[in-house]
Amino acid sequence: MSSSATWIVLLATSVLCFSVKLTGHLVPERWLASPRLQRVNALIPISLLSALVVAQGLVAKTQLVIDHRLAGLAAALAALFARAPFPVVVIVAALTSALVYHLR
Amino acid sequence: MVIVTNPSRDTVRDALSVSLTVGAYGVAFGAASVAAGFSVLQSCLFSLLTFTGASQFAAVGVVASGGAVASAVGAATMLGTRNALYGIQMSPLLRVHGLRRLAAAHVTIDESTGVALSQAPRGTDAMRAGFWLTGIGVYVFWNVFTLLGALGAKAMGDPASWGLDAAVPAAFLGLLWPRLESRFLKVVAVVSMVFAMGVTPLVPAGLPIIATTLVAVVVGWRPR
Repeated sequence: MSSSATWIVLLATSVLCFSVKLTGHLVPERWLASPRLQRVNALIPISLLSALVVAQGLVAKTQLVIDHRLAGLAAALAALFARAPFPVVVIVAALTSALVYHLR
Repeated sequence: MVIVTNPSRDTVRDALSVSLTVGAYGVAFGAASVAAGFSVLQSCLFSLLTFTGASQFAAVGVVASGGAVASAVGAATMLGTRNALYGIQMSPLLRVHGLRRLAAAHVTIDESTGVALSQAPRGTDAMRAGFWLTGIGVYVFWNVFTLLGALGAKAMGDPASWGLDAAVPAAFLGLLWPRLESRFLKVVAVVSMVFAMGVTPLVPAGLPIIATTLVAVVVGWRPR
């Protein structure tokens, strides 16, 4: 991505995310209180974060690939099952992935 | 500008401990942002201006996976929509106007709302104090740690050599994990992952992330 494109991502994301926050403070409650909107809204983070795990851990360009990152993700999963705190999960994943990357 | 009056020691302790713990995640964001091709300055501006963690991770995550500008901005904005629902809950509590309202909106995030709600047994003054102390506290720590993470990643060079390329999906997994509170939500997560894998070869890079919100819409459309 070019430098100007990264600036557009940064500024557009900032403006839109702030607008969304401000909307909540300004609009009457009933506008956003529809049960359907609440249900979908509660599920969106789960779907998006799941897709981001796949896109970042299993994809190169538009292909599914298995590489050192999957080893890192597996280690992260193990750490989460062991109830490790967030920073430990991330560090364990990074160390495992780096190890596999250099061994190959 | 006095917005918090005499908060109790318990409220301050709650706000500070959340601020420090959550703010430390900023290291992961700063590193992920630099690994995705953003400069140190841009990474810091993200945390100063966007200031909603999951959305920031999403924006740089889509860029790192080769997605288009619209996919990155779209994914980040959709992840931020829950902040509007927090604003609805916080606005009648805070009752502020003008610049203070803008400031309140900017620090309306998971943590400030969460701490505010958790102070309910201590009364509305404690709730207000919890919101502001946590919002401002996370803001300060999140930005300091973003800078540290960005500088650290810059010094490291090749992201794969240090495992940074796996740290980013692991961070997403770490953000997802505590949200999977029921069997139903776990199923939604697995279906979303399978869906994302299925559409990956079919559409341009970055688009599978946005497309996966379809799963949320379809599943959430009717009451269970």
